[in-house]
Amino acid sequence: MTAIAPPVAGAHRTRARTDRRRQGWVRRAPLLPALVFTIIVTQLPFLVTLYYSLESWSLVRPGSQHFVGFGNYADVFKDSQFRTTALNTVIMTVGSVLIAMVLGVLLALLLDRKFLGRGVVRTLLITPFLVMPVGAALLWKTTMFDPTFGIVNFILRPFGIGHFDWLSSLPLGSVMIEMIWQWTPFMMLLVLAGLQSQPKDILEAASCDGARPFAIFRELTLPHLRRYIELGVVLGAIYVVNDFDAVYMMTQGGPGISSANLPFYIYQRAFLGFQVGQAAAMGVVVVVATIIVATFALRLIFTSFSGTEQAA
Amino acid sequence: MSADSMTAQPGPATAEPAYAGPRARRRNNSLTWGIVGWVVGILFFFPVLWMVLTSFKTEAQAYTNTPTLIFSPTLSQYKTVFSSGLWPYVANSAFATIVSTILVLALATPCAFALSLRPVKKTRDVLFFFISTKMLPVVAAIIPIYIAARDLHMLDNIFTLVILYTAMNLPIAVWMMRSFFLEVPGELLEAAEMDGAPLRRTVVEVILPLVAPGLAATALICCIFSWNEFFFAVNLTATRAATVPVFLVGFISSEGLYFAQLAAAATVATLPVVLAGWVAQRQLVRGLSFGAIK
Repeated sequence: MTAIAPPVAGAHRTRARTDRRRQGWVRRAPLLPALVFTIIVTQLPFLVTLYYSLESWSLVRPGSQHFVGFGNYADVFKDSQFRTTALNTVIMTVGSVLIAMVLGVLLALLLDRKFLGRGVVRTLLITPFLVMPVGAALLWKTTMFDPTFGIVNFILRPFGIGHFDWLSSLPLGSVMIEMIWQWTPFMMLLVLAGLQSQPKDILEAASCDGARPFAIFRELTLPHLRRYIELGVVLGAIYVVNDFDAVYMMTQGGPGISSANLPFYIYQRAFLGFQVGQAAAMGVVVVVATIIVATFALRLIFTSFSGTEQAA
Repeated sequence: MSADSMTAQPGPATAEPAYAGPRARRRNNSLTWGIVGWVVGILFFFPVLWMVLTSFKTEAQAYTNTPTLIFSPTLSQYKTVFSSGLWPYVANSAFATIVSTILVLALATPCAFALSLRPVKKTRDVLFFFISTKMLPVVAAIIPIYIAARDLHMLDNIFTLVILYTAMNLPIAVWMMRSFFLEVPGELLEAAEMDGAPLRRTVVEVILPLVAPGLAATALICCIFSWNEFFFAVNLTATRAATVPVFLVGFISSEGLYFAQLAAAATVATLPVVLAGWVAQRQLVRGLSFGAIK
């Protein structure tokens, strides 16, 4: 073929190249709608946020919009309320996710054993996760945490804590209890999936060799569960760090800002204070912080699950 | 104890006892774990149970220092909830949930296909991109979304929520559908190609039926998230397009905080998702873990 004439071969090659390029586009075509849609709806707003963050703009004063550069950022870092809410967000996320994970591991170990009605118990245990977050928060605020009529104080009354006002005395803790209640089931299901993927013969061999249950757990089960636990922590953090519903419904961030997290605080600034520029700057700061944390987090998931990626 | 005495039997004592003992102990253990399991299960379920119980009480029964356990159930709270204009909110929620889920599946299925069975070159990067959109805080996007919706006269419009819910669920659906596609044996596609069947037909007639259960699971997860979503709904809707979570909040502020009434409203709002979630327990994890856990 090459012997006939070089130009033909060249033409052939370009045709092959365009063919390959077309093939590439044929392959890519199915994913483009989803990709383009996601970029427009999720990425474009962030770019606009970036732009707004350089402006001073109050929603209630038309025409107040003007360029101020990095002034908003300076304000954000000077704002002690922003620092408090940032700290609250960290406490809330780390605390809730870790406690939910510990409880989740314990519950998963429990559900990994055979007992009568195990399926029903599992169904009961996952229910908190399914309750509409707004409803769950209201429920805890009223029927559980009410100082006079709440169940929590009723149970604690014999211990001398009859009239503790949970939401005003321990606002952050109360919100965290509610979130732990909602997120433990998720952690449990994740860890349970890990436990059930553990090869049983190794465990039996260890047990036949006379290894004690706790030693088996520490030496064999826990290392196996590690990636599931990591995944649970990362995913739980993604959802909990953005939580708005529980704070909004239970405490409105109060008293003061003692239980406000960043989503709630930024919401307040934008929709109650109408300070678009400042709220946007806060948003950008949060995004940058999230990107830094997420880069590590994503790497963690991907390295620990790359095994299954390749296997699949 | 009786099991231990069995181990003392003479003959096969050296080989067998190791079995007889643990088995009986295991049975005993299983009873203990059963009790622990049920206690913990009921403990976690209790707030939900209490919500349902309270919803059948009168307000007087709901407001007692010592919780009322025995009472004659009343449906009056539910009557109040249903007569306070709940249905338009349910209709909005149902519309936003169903339409956004259909859109998500229509966008995610081909996308997941191009990331699994017929993978494009940068599959990993694309997957990364999708998951990273879930990491960015929604609150940082709400201001431009609000202003764009206002300028496009799309505030309090149910289609605004449809678009946002589609974007919210799309990454999860792509990852989840991809994990289902990866379970389809690749040879199937090759065999069909060898037979000269056009790709479109192979996908529709061979592959889609295989991933149909996965499609259903993905749909269910998307429905759960859309139904429960509150942040966008409360910020972008007012009266015409408000959804059930917004109703729940508005109900409390208009009717005052009455436990029994609130419990009834919350039960109604929560019920569809709880039922759906019970059915899709396993798939729930798959969806939330972006398909990492099968």
